[in-house]
Amino acid sequence: MIISISIQNNDKIKPMKKIIYVSAFSLFMICFISCDLDETQEVVTKNNLVWADEFDQDGAPNPENWSFDIGDGTEQGIPGWGNNELQYYTGRPENAKVENGVLVITARQETFQGNNYTSARLTTRGLFEKEYGRFEARIKVPFGQGYWPAFWLLGVPRTINVDGEEVLEEWPAVGEIDIMEYLGDEPTTVFGTLHGPGFSGAESISKDFNLENDRFDSNFHVFGIEWSPNRVNYYVDDVLYHSLTPEDVDEETDGEGEWVFNNRPFYIILNVAIGGNLPGNPTSETIFPQSMVVDYVRVYE
Amino acid sequence: MIHKLTHKIQLLGLVGLSVIVISSCEREVSDEAVLATFPNTAEVYTDNPVGLTDEFFISIDPLEGANPEAFNTDDSEAYLGTSSIIINVPAPNNPDGNFVGGIFRDRGDGRDLTGYDALTFWAKGSVNGTLSNVGFGNDFIEDKFPAARQGVQLTTDWRKYVVPIPDPSKLVQERGLFFFTAGGFDIIDNEPNGNEVAWTFWLDEIRFEKLGTLGQERPNIFNAQDISLETFNGATIQTTGISYTVNSSNGQDITVQPSTNYFTFESSNPSVATISDSGEISVLTDGESRITAKIGNLDARGSLSLNSVGDFVSAPNPTLPEEDVLSIYSDFYSIYPGLNVGAFNNDGIEIEAQTFNGNELIEYQNLNFVGIGWNGVIDASTFTHIHLDVQRISPESTFTVEILDYGPDEIDNGFNDGSAGGFNATSQLITDEWVGLDIPLNAFTQSTGGGGSGNPNVDNLGNIILVSNSGTFLIDNIYFYTE
Repeated sequence: MIISISIQNNDKIKPMKKIIYVSAFSLFMICFISCDLDETQEVVTKNNLVWADEFDQDGAPNPENWSFDIGDGTEQGIPGWGNNELQYYTGRPENAKVENGVLVITARQETFQGNNYTSARLTTRGLFEKEYGRFEARIKVPFGQGYWPAFWLLGVPRTINVDGEEVLEEWPAVGEIDIMEYLGDEPTTVFGTLHGPGFSGAESISKDFNLENDRFDSNFHVFGIEWSPNRVNYYVDDVLYHSLTPEDVDEETDGEGEWVFNNRPFYIILNVAIGGNLPGNPTSETIFPQSMVVDYVRVYE
Repeated sequence: MIHKLTHKIQLLGLVGLSVIVISSCEREVSDEAVLATFPNTAEVYTDNPVGLTDEFFISIDPLEGANPEAFNTDDSEAYLGTSSIIINVPAPNNPDGNFVGGIFRDRGDGRDLTGYDALTFWAKGSVNGTLSNVGFGNDFIEDKFPAARQGVQLTTDWRKYVVPIPDPSKLVQERGLFFFTAGGFDIIDNEPNGNEVAWTFWLDEIRFEKLGTLGQERPNIFNAQDISLETFNGATIQTTGISYTVNSSNGQDITVQPSTNYFTFESSNPSVATISDSGEISVLTDGESRITAKIGNLDARGSLSLNSVGDFVSAPNPTLPEEDVLSIYSDFYSIYPGLNVGAFNNDGIEIEAQTFNGNELIEYQNLNFVGIGWNGVIDASTFTHIHLDVQRISPESTFTVEILDYGPDEIDNGFNDGSAGGFNATSQLITDEWVGLDIPLNAFTQSTGGGGSGNPNVDNLGNIILVSNSGTFLIDNIYFYTE
């Protein structure tokens, strides 16, 4: 278990290189869409609701759906959760609660257990794990440098045999599907990303989605993926902006990457990270506290 | 800050009138009436002025120093299309005026700008000079809803600039479509001291837009601080520190200085204090009240919690004839130009101008040090004393007066040619009573917190500095005189 936690969190290291990857990739996307998606293509096709949290019950997040990851990563062997993040995750209502029909994950600037920020990270690990489907959430995010909220999935590790020992698979072998990541100093941009063996962290396969006349911190937006065998489609609201297949992974990684998104259940994570390698640390201008507000999380077949 | 205050109050007189007119109109509107609507033309300048008055550029009054010759169009330079506006910013010694500033006004009755959220334009400079102000809402007629960014530094390539509209719903009939001011380019320091040089900038594609990517609107009063103030019945206090900040699509905050007309003000206890539409607080009776404000439905950051402790006795009126004094701050004498009651100060100080029965004073709270400044330097060598009226509010607080002489170079650059000295007046003060300090100019013998060694020269005085241990004081009637 500890192994799986530690590797799960060693993930979202995004390089400066990302942009180059993305531009190369978007070229490829254009080709892909024009070749493969005909006019009947819809943003979503899976409409049979199988799991949801509408956050209608005030109080702590429903423990049948969510558990908290606690700490600053030190206990898991990765202080700063592998990205030099600054927050200490708690299970306190100050950092996560349901009220007025929404889940509110609040990052605060306060001294706590030797850290200068607190926040929360909720996961359905062991409570709801599913292979394939449409995973969707309606979310409004905070703003300002240092905020790094995310709605993402991690694969459930399998027990494997290494040199005669039974061990749990490690990240990135388990796979990671980042449905929505956002940096507070880029309020009109989110990105969707796949991590797996041969394309993780700095080498992950990612694409930005930009709002032209709106912001992600001004209004709620719907973020989702439609995940089928050999395909992950990313959408924001009614726009499909990213579609990935094993062929894409092959192309991006010169055949080194391995598609690990078939035949494996994944679980859901909602968190607000503060600072670290990707977003940069908060400045004196960054306003605390602020919250990521989640109206619902729904999963369809 | 206080210096600007006087200006603001003058402007707001006009504004108050216009507000009254509007509200009286509202009473007459019947259910059947259809409100007149005005064109919503977005463009202000593309390759030509769009719907502007025939004079196109209306300069600030040359009597105030504005150079009306600095404005032209340029067919050899454009961000888009074939033409741009060229502004040749004058040097400080230009006989036609040492700065450029003015407006573009709608040639009709005004435009409906309620569908936009920003004024945008493209600009480039011959150097990376600074626009002192750039915005909209000034029509030189009513100036109902001015809003401007200040200190916008240009680059030598074309870039787009955004001036957010604080509350577009207010702009149903706006004639003031563009406003800017600029002074010389300062290559040596950032002080407006005459060493600036002429420079040129170009403007193009000026228009109103609905960007949709501006967010996190934050109106501010009192510089977004929650201030508490002990005051007296009969006081009038102007709401200061007004601004409006939004976050732009690149994640950067943009702040504009809006007219108080964008705000609605509220007093939590109107029997203790009322606040006018222009943000002027009138203290009526003993008690507590909290002053807050909104733009539209957005609460402004910052507030003033005032506590009136009773009737106020103003400082005694000076008795010396005007010709015998050089006044820095007083309602009884014309004052030396350029008064700045917070030229420099410790963090956390609160500086408020308060007026009782037409007599203004300055309140310093949490005072550790504050420099009182003026334009250039003062030659006080023909005077023997400095006078100031001081009322200590916080018992036991210390109070030292320092004077800082900049030296022959007239620049505050240390003690090679400069000098400074202090006078500890603590023992003379009486808590809650006015004390007139009359300090001989040769009595500033003590060393100063800034490093002066005492006994300063007084022929190039740059600042009077007040020093305390976080005390609260009322100050009035600062002047030099000869005994």
